[in-house]
Formats: sequence, C-alpha cells, structure tokens
Amino acid sequence: MFSLDLQTVLPEVILSVYAMVALMAGVYTTKDKSAGLLIWATAAMFALVAFLIATREGTDPAFFGSFVDDGFARFSKVTILLSAAVVLVMSQEYLARRNLLRFEYPVLVALAVVGMMVMVSAGDLMVLYMGIELQSLAMYVVASLRRDSEKSTEAGLKYFVLGALSSGLMLYGASLVYGFAGTTQFEGIFLATAVDVPLGLIFGLVFLLVGFAFKVSAAPFHMWTPDVYEGAPTPVTAFMATAPKMAAIALFARVVFDGFGGVVGDWQQIVAFLSVVSVFWGGVAAIGQTNIKRLMAYSSIAHMGFALMGLASGTAFGVQAMLIYMAIYVTMNIGTFAFILSMERDGRPVTDIGALHMYSRYAPMRALAMLVLLFSLAGVPPMVGFFGKLYVLRAAYEGGLTWLAVLGVIASVIGAFYYLRIVYYMYFGEEREALDTGTSPLLWGVLMASAAVMVFGVINLFGIEPLAAAAAATLVN
Amino acid sequence: MGNLLSLTTFIPLLGAGILALFLRGDDLAAQRNAKWVALATTVFTFVVSLFILAGFDAEAPGFQFVEDRQWLLGMRYKLGVDGISLLFVMLTTFLMPLVIAACWDVTHRVKEYMIAFLVLETLMIGVFVALDLVLFYLFFEAGLIPMFLIIGIWGGKDRIYASFKFFLYTFLGSVLMLVAMVVMFAQAGTTDIPTLMGYNFSSESFPILGVQIVGGVQTLLWFAFFASFAVKMPMWPVHTWLPDAHVQAPTAGSVVLAAILLKMGGYGFLRFSLPMFPVASDIWAPLVLWLSAIAIVYTSLVALVQKDIKKLIAYSSVAHMGFVTAGIFALNQQGLDGAVFQMISHGFISGALFLGVGVIYDRMHTRDIDAYGGLVNRMPAYAAVFMLFTMANVGLPGTSGFVGEFLTLMGMFQANTWVAAVATTGVIFSAAYALYLYRRVVMGDLIKESLKSITDMTAREKWIFAPLVAMTILLGVYPSLVTDITGPSVAALVDQVEVAVAAHGSESAIASAEVAAPAQH
Repeated sequence: MFSLDLQTVLPEVILSVYAMVALMAGVYTTKDKSAGLLIWATAAMFALVAFLIATREGTDPAFFGSFVDDGFARFSKVTILLSAAVVLVMSQEYLARRNLLRFEYPVLVALAVVGMMVMVSAGDLMVLYMGIELQSLAMYVVASLRRDSEKSTEAGLKYFVLGALSSGLMLYGASLVYGFAGTTQFEGIFLATAVDVPLGLIFGLVFLLVGFAFKVSAAPFHMWTPDVYEGAPTPVTAFMATAPKMAAIALFARVVFDGFGGVVGDWQQIVAFLSVVSVFWGGVAAIGQTNIKRLMAYSSIAHMGFALMGLASGTAFGVQAMLIYMAIYVTMNIGTFAFILSMERDGRPVTDIGALHMYSRYAPMRALAMLVLLFSLAGVPPMVGFFGKLYVLRAAYEGGLTWLAVLGVIASVIGAFYYLRIVYYMYFGEEREALDTGTSPLLWGVLMASAAVMVFGVINLFGIEPLAAAAAATLVN
Repeated sequence: MGNLLSLTTFIPLLGAGILALFLRGDDLAAQRNAKWVALATTVFTFVVSLFILAGFDAEAPGFQFVEDRQWLLGMRYKLGVDGISLLFVMLTTFLMPLVIAACWDVTHRVKEYMIAFLVLETLMIGVFVALDLVLFYLFFEAGLIPMFLIIGIWGGKDRIYASFKFFLYTFLGSVLMLVAMVVMFAQAGTTDIPTLMGYNFSSESFPILGVQIVGGVQTLLWFAFFASFAVKMPMWPVHTWLPDAHVQAPTAGSVVLAAILLKMGGYGFLRFSLPMFPVASDIWAPLVLWLSAIAIVYTSLVALVQKDIKKLIAYSSVAHMGFVTAGIFALNQQGLDGAVFQMISHGFISGALFLGVGVIYDRMHTRDIDAYGGLVNRMPAYAAVFMLFTMANVGLPGTSGFVGEFLTLMGMFQANTWVAAVATTGVIFSAAYALYLYRRVVMGDLIKESLKSITDMTAREKWIFAPLVAMTILLGVYPSLVTDITGPSVAALVDQVEVAVAAHGSESAIASAEVAAPAQH
C-alpha cells in the first residue's frame, strides 16, 4: 500500500530530491559559478518530470485520498512544469549579466514548482496548505533576489506580508470547515454538504475563497500584484505571471469542485463577483500605467478574471474552458516576457513603455511578434487568445451567467485600449533613442515561437481541446 | 477545383507571406518589387475569382462552391457563396488591384503597406465567403488589425486619434455580437450558417427586470448583431468614427474602407439579422427605417457645410448607406435588390471619389475645399472623371447610383410611405452637396497661385479610373448584371422572412386565443 502511494507521488519525490541534491552540490562545491549549468539542469529536470507525468493514466488517490493524481492534476502539472522550464531558461542570460545568477535561484524555483504540484494534487486541506506554503515561501525569497535593490526587497516584503495575511485567512477558513464538516478531506467535506449545509461551513468556504483570490491575484484582492511585479527582477516576474497562476487557479478549481461541488450555488456568485471585478479593474487600472511590468500585472488580473469566468459556470465545460484559457494565457505571457526581458538600452534593462517609440523601425520582426502577442492578449481574432475568450464566454452562458459574459466582453474592449497603446508606441510613435537590438537569440526564439503559436493555433489549438476536456471530466463528474 | 474559394481567400495572404519573408531591404528597387508583387497577387486573385463567377449557377438560390472541414469545438471551416455574397467577393477582388495601383507613389514603409493591404484582402474575402459563425467573426474582427495599422502608420495628422477611435468603436460593437454568437451556438448546438438560417430561435416575449421583451430571445440576439453591423455600416447615430477614419486614412485606405469594409455591415444584415431573426427584424424594422431616414437627411445636411473634401464624401457615404439599411429593412424584393445593388454601386462610386480626392491631394497636399477652384482649366480629364462620379453619387439616371436609389426608394415606399418621403428629400440634398463641391473645386476661374502649375492625371491614374468608369456606366444602363445574380437568393430570403413572420403571427394568435378560451367557460 505504502509503496503504491509512493509510486503516485513519484514525480514530486523526484523533484524534491533533485532540489536537495542541487542545494548540497551548490553549497559544497563551486557555488555561484555552476548556477548557469544548474538552471539548464533544472529546466531539463522539469521537462523530464513533465514527460513522466504525461505518460501516466487513470486516477490514483494516495495516502487515503489526501493526494490525488488524476487527469486534471496532470494537465495542470504539465503546464506548470513546461512553463517553469522555459521561464528558467529565459532568465539565465539576464541574471548572469546583472550578476544576479546565484545557485539558490534554480533550487528555489524547483521547490516552488514542487509546491505547485502538491497544490494541484491536493485532496485534503492540510496537503493543500503544505503545497501553498512551500510554493509561497520559495517565491518570497526569489522575489527579493536582487537584495541590494530597494524595490526588489520591498517587493519581497510586500509579497510576504500580504501572502501571510492570505494564508492566515485561508487557515481560518480551513479551521471553520474542519470544525463544521469534521474532516479536512475534500471527499468528507463533499459528503458533509450533501444533506444540509451548516452556515459555519459556508463561512469557512468564503474565507478559503478569499485566500485563493489573493493567490490568483483576483480583484479586489490583487493589491500586491502590481508592486511585486514591478519590484521583482524581470525573470522572477515572468515566473510569477505564469506557473504559480496556473497552480493557484487549478487549486481553486480543485477545492470548489472536489470539496464543495455539492453546493455550486453558494460559491458560484462569489467567483462570478471576483471575475467581474477583476476584468474591469484589470482593464481600467492598466490604462494609466507607463511601466510595462506593472501593465502586465494588471493584464494578468484581467486575465484571471476571464479564467474565473469559466470556473464560475460550475460545469465540466467551464473547467475545460478555464484550462484552455490558462494554457493559452501562460503561452502568451512567456512570449511577452521574453520580449520584456530583451528590452535594454546600453545593456541596462528598460521597463518604460515610452522607450518603445518606433520600435518597429529598427526591429521589425520583434515588433511584429509582439504585435501578434498584444492582439492575442486583447482577444482579437484570429489570434489564439480569442479562442480562450470564446470558450469561457460559452461556459459562462451555459452556466446561466449571461450577464457575466456581457460584462466580460465590454471589459475586454477597455482592456484592448492599453494593448493598443503599446502597438501605438511601437508603430505610430516618433523617432527617439533606440533600444538595443542585438540581445539574446534565445529570447528571440522564445518570442517568435510564442507568436507563431498564437497565429497557427487557429488551425486546431495544437490538439489541446480534447486533452483539456478529458482533464475537466476527471474533476467534475 | 473544389478549393476555389479557399484559393481566392488565401492567395493574397500567400502574397503577403512572400513579401514578408523573401523581400529584404528598403531601397527603391525593393519598394518597386513590393508593389509589383502586391499588384500581381491581387490581379491573380481577381482572375481566380472570375472562375467562381463563371462557374456560378445564378438560378439556384442555395450556397455553391461549398467547402466543409472539421475545426474546433464543433465549429467548422465552411466556405460557400450565394448570389449575395458572390457579388461582394467580386467587388473586393476587382477593387484591390486598383487600390494597390493607387498607392504607387507611397514611399514610406512600402513593404509593410503592401503586406497590410494583402492581409486585409484575405480577411475581407473571408468575411463574405465564411459559412460558419465563428469563422465569420474571425475574419470580421481580424480586419480591424490591418486597418488600424494602415490608418495609424500611413495616415494624416490626427491619425492616432482616428485609428484608436476606429478600432475601439468597432470592437465594442462586435463583442456584443460575439456574446450573441455564443448564445446561438449553445442553443442551436451548431455554428453552421445555413443550418442556423433554418433554426427557429424563440420569439416568445419574456420579461427582464420587469420590462417585457417583445420578440424574446430573437430581439436580444437581433440587437446584439445590430450593434455590430450598425457601427460598421455606419448608421446614424453611431457613424462618428467614419469621418475621422476617412479623413486621416491614406487614399488607398479610404477607398478600401468606403468601398468594401462598410459593406460588411449591410452584408451582415442580409446574412444574419434577416434570415436568423426574421420575427425580430419584422418587429424592429420601423426603428431601422426611421434611423435610416434620419441618417439620409441629417448627414446630407452635415455634408453640405464641410470644408474638407474627404469629410464631405465620408458623410455622403453615411447617407448612401442609409438607403442600404432602409432598403434591407423594407423587407421586400425591391428593397433588398436595391440595397445589394446600392452597396455594389457605392463600392465603385465612393472608391472612385476617394481616388479622385487622392489625385489632387497628391499634387497639392491639402484636402481643403477652399484651396482649390477652377481645376477644369488645367485638368480637363480629371474634371470629366470627377464629373461622372459626382453625378453617379447624386444618382443621375444612366449611372449605377440611380438604380440603387430608385429600387430602395421603391421598396421603402411599399413598407412605409412616410420614410420614403423623407428619404427622397435626401436625394435632393445629395445633389446639392455634390454639385456644390464640384463647383467649388473644379469650376470657375483658376485664380489661386498655387494651382497654376498643377498637372492633369497621369496615364497610371487614368488606367485606375477606366475600369471604375466602365462599371459605373455599365451597371447604370444594364442593372440586370447584378439583379440576375442576386435575384434568386434575395427572393428566397424574402420568402423565408415572410413565412417566419406569418408563422409567428398565427402562433401569437393561437396563444391569445388560448388565454381567452378559459374565460368563456
């Protein structure tokens, strides 16, 4: 029995052991000199584990159901691992040139990824909390990686304080749920809601949801996002905008369906509220931003609103839509951050949008790729970002939330404005001092690949649709 | 030859790809090559589309040249043309070589300019041949991207404002249509346009927040589509983006905008609003008729006082589109025939007018009416061509403009005499602003110093106008060219609407009889 359980958590075990070994190796040997190598090794490890996970089948609960390996978890994990691998590889050159390349970085990222994998597989509130904390603690440290910079340490501290607050709320909710349901296991909670639902349980649910809203940075619990995105070193921002978002929203789905799938009506309105506030606030607040990292923070808030829209529908199709949306979102963001990472003038990073004046003049291919990504982020067809929107809108309608769909598309028009503003700088602006163009071919490749995915995905979304459908079916039944 | 429609749609995109990938440099040779590649591509597309025209069976009302492939989420990649869409495809492929030829003197980022127009051509043809809701939406919306760039990069002084206004206005209109499409998809379980045309969306009234919605779901869907197409058309009072966009867009951009992009709204009404929501169309037709009548009179009056030539023509476009919407929502054979005819003819005429403005703008770099006067003295050929298209714009018998206006007015008269009466005054106003413009620009003595050395049209410019002149007169004296092709499709559409409206009428009669019945006991 125990060995079977171990078999189920094998990917997590492999990665944890790898992280320890890497840590030891770093401490006792060459220290930061081998950090570059370690980054590549970690990325390779992620890819390997992703492959291992992708080959698995069926639903395996382990440790008496407190850890679940099912199609939904696997879809999320593969997305997390692959995006984390790409972001790691992207960050290597940037960090090296700024003398930030420490061996702790890949190790911490690996640990954060283990935390995320535990999160999406959680079948118990305790395991859930373990996963969240492992992920968060690693991320707090990484956010203040540039420890001699005021902004970076401020970002780390802010992230920590607000993260701790959200963890506290979540714990409070978890204790209420435990008190009224008599168990921390999702299955047990599900059964406890089957007959009549105690009010305390709903209270607990609300606190849990607030905690999750912090983690997915859904408005009105998003306050930390812009500051942390801006302050953290850009590769770390790129990481925070991709894998942890996927993990947090998958966890969100896991809890509301596995634990509270019997009381959809009770959480549906909360999720719908979070969704509508996020899409509007993400769109409106981004208009005045001049820093591209802050802008991407608001953009991610709006995108989380759309992903939550799929979740709010409370149907299997909604979960499928959410998964597709997130996979597309992660791909778009990787490309966009590859672009932001390559924004430099005289070797120094630039994050002011105004620096992009007439970018298309001297870097036409990059500008074109970025144009594609921006229109995809705005959800304009034929870019793939549009299909993400189409799926969640359909899910919202089928979940009886037509008003949410209508408000969502109106908000997307507001959102389109600030993406267009970047296009305006790149294409219609005036001649100013140019940015460097000869930066990293690797980033160039990632940017082009991401843009190509956005264009050619229109043919069949690279077959992701049936995979997401199968994954959603294992969660909602 | 089974892929003729795909071929026509994607040849321009292929040309754009070749330009993007294989053409390097920005010297004169590269610019010339870009122009020739673009011209060759558009001419080739036109030739291919001629095969469609030749193979089209005008007698059959259904869709022809249908291609159908599996796509995502139960959506299909389905293309096809009927009598209505075929003409728009032909209009597009016919005009695009002229548009490319018209921007021969552009020197600013020529390669990108050509790519933008080629991509735009693919998207425009796609709109007219798509037989799947989402595929249609894809082409419809994607067209905003190249047009946004064309206005923003190659436009005039206030191009930024105009491009943003253009994009956001039309985007806001069409996202509501997207929600409606999602609703239709979920209710009917398909996005196939021919199937949806036969699908009977509920027209039973129900209350929302205490307000009784007459026509029920159909009304809501109809308004969502209306929001999109009315902005695109554009109809009064959501037309304000058009004058800005036209004035700031480069000549070729204006031509495409006026001649083709505006027609997407009218095409949308014919393809979606009427066949899919016939009851709602019938209920709300008076609204559209009156909005159109207001548009015709109001924008004609506004055109009268314009100081900018392009703005004047832009307002005149809005007025002429008013005839189109009124013709469509007259819901009878003459009105619909007239609307399609008016759209095709306006494609040639407004395109030619904007090209005409481009000719003098290229020489004088101003669109101010006051800067001109007496051009006839130095530009006799130009004066003749501009005269013809001014007259066609007014709707002089013998030009294509007359047929469209006459048919739509006839349709309107049958539907609502008062609307027809008001709209007819628009014909007089259009004569007033067009002739007034012509007098100020072309007639009189050449007294302005700056105009003393202006030269007449070059051979290239004459060749651009020649096909447009030919088509305007040909359609004016032999309108059956168009009506023979549209006739069967339009007749089928009118039948369908009438049957659905009659069925709805008898249904509500039965329903009210059932309500009344218990009272007799």
